[in-house]
Amino acid sequence: MRLLTHNMLACNIKGVTNGYPLRLEAEKWVEKEVDFNADFLRGVFPKIDWPALVGAARALGFHDLLPVDAPDPSVLASDDELLRRFHRALLQLHVEEGGLVCPETSRRFPINKGIPNMLLHEDEV
Amino acid sequence: MPRPEFQAPPEIFYNDSEARKYTTSSRIIEIQSKISERALELLNLPNDGVPRLLLDIGCGSGISGETLSENEHHWIGFDISQSMLDVALEREVEGDLLLADMGQGLGLRPGVIDGAVSISAIQWLCNADKSSHEPIARLKAFFGSLYRCLTRGARAVLQLYSDNASQSEMIMKAAMRAGFAGGVVVDFPHSTRARKTYLVLTCGSSSMQTSLPKGKGEDRESCSDDDDDDDERDVDDKQTVGIYDRHRLSKRMKITKKGKGKAWVIKKKNQMRNKGYSVPPDTKYTARKRKACF
Repeated sequence: MRLLTHNMLACNIKGVTNGYPLRLEAEKWVEKEVDFNADFLRGVFPKIDWPALVGAARALGFHDLLPVDAPDPSVLASDDELLRRFHRALLQLHVEEGGLVCPETSRRFPINKGIPNMLLHEDEV
Repeated sequence: MPRPEFQAPPEIFYNDSEARKYTTSSRIIEIQSKISERALELLNLPNDGVPRLLLDIGCGSGISGETLSENEHHWIGFDISQSMLDVALEREVEGDLLLADMGQGLGLRPGVIDGAVSISAIQWLCNADKSSHEPIARLKAFFGSLYRCLTRGARAVLQLYSDNASQSEMIMKAAMRAGFAGGVVVDFPHSTRARKTYLVLTCGSSSMQTSLPKGKGEDRESCSDDDDDDDERDVDDKQTVGIYDRHRLSKRMKITKKGKGKAWVIKKKNQMRNKGYSVPPDTKYTARKRKACF
């Protein structure tokens, strides 16, 4: 699971109002090479929740990869180095084993072989 | 052999041996790839070369996802069967996979997805597999969450194998209630084998009414079963939204009480010509009433 996907996922349990972002627990992660595409990054940037991305990168041990405050879109367009770090955090880091924890209910969704198990139990629907 | 939906719930039907078919059967792969290509076409994404973030609902073994990746898009796949997802892992698909039940809602943030495709999957929502499952509630959860997570003007193209008219209607109603506009595109409606139904849904865009593309193969009066794949790539005509019912007969010449009229004879002669037989030309004498003793 890449951090791009993590950034989009929210807790789906019935009644939960504060289910985003899911706290990332990464026991095993890998880095995979992905083609760099500036257009995609600039297009997806407005949709990214920056604090959640920074938090997820930190969970993997990358404390200084991304600036704490969300950069201005214009800065992102011109600063190639920042764009590349954004690309790396968003698309190249894959969590293989670990879990996603709901901030409100503490329900844990395990991640196995890179696939989060988001199936809800009968009473959570 | 009964349809998969009548045999078992999807997470049980798609066990390891069934999932294996999706790696080994080139026919299945080819059909699913073609359907995926068509679905991507119907998504009508801007032709600007910018990769998008898409959903593949019921991504299964990743065949449809590969089509999306080939077109440079990033995607997130949902499937309920671990066996099928394992096959997708083997294929090393580029999209992210989620083990999830679409009937429980997609669990995505609002307005983040640029488009969604689903190949041969959503008909599973209409089954009640466990006693607590309510198809209508599941359809509502699915379409509601899908509508929310799509950006304005984004489309969802859902190809499905519909069992009957009432099932299609149930699905369509649920989609409309969630706020979607749209309609159905049917490719090759006259051919039982090649016929494919796509639910094309859009959110937040009122221009949908006039821009639903025409289904392929509609113009051909005869569409014999051998020519399902050598389609002419039709230029998409603009036509108004239409709901196609499987059981509604296509425009066939009715056999009149007086027997087989001229129109029928001419149609038959055209069919034979299409098949390649040599047929005498149509003249003013064609199907002319002959004397009884002729």
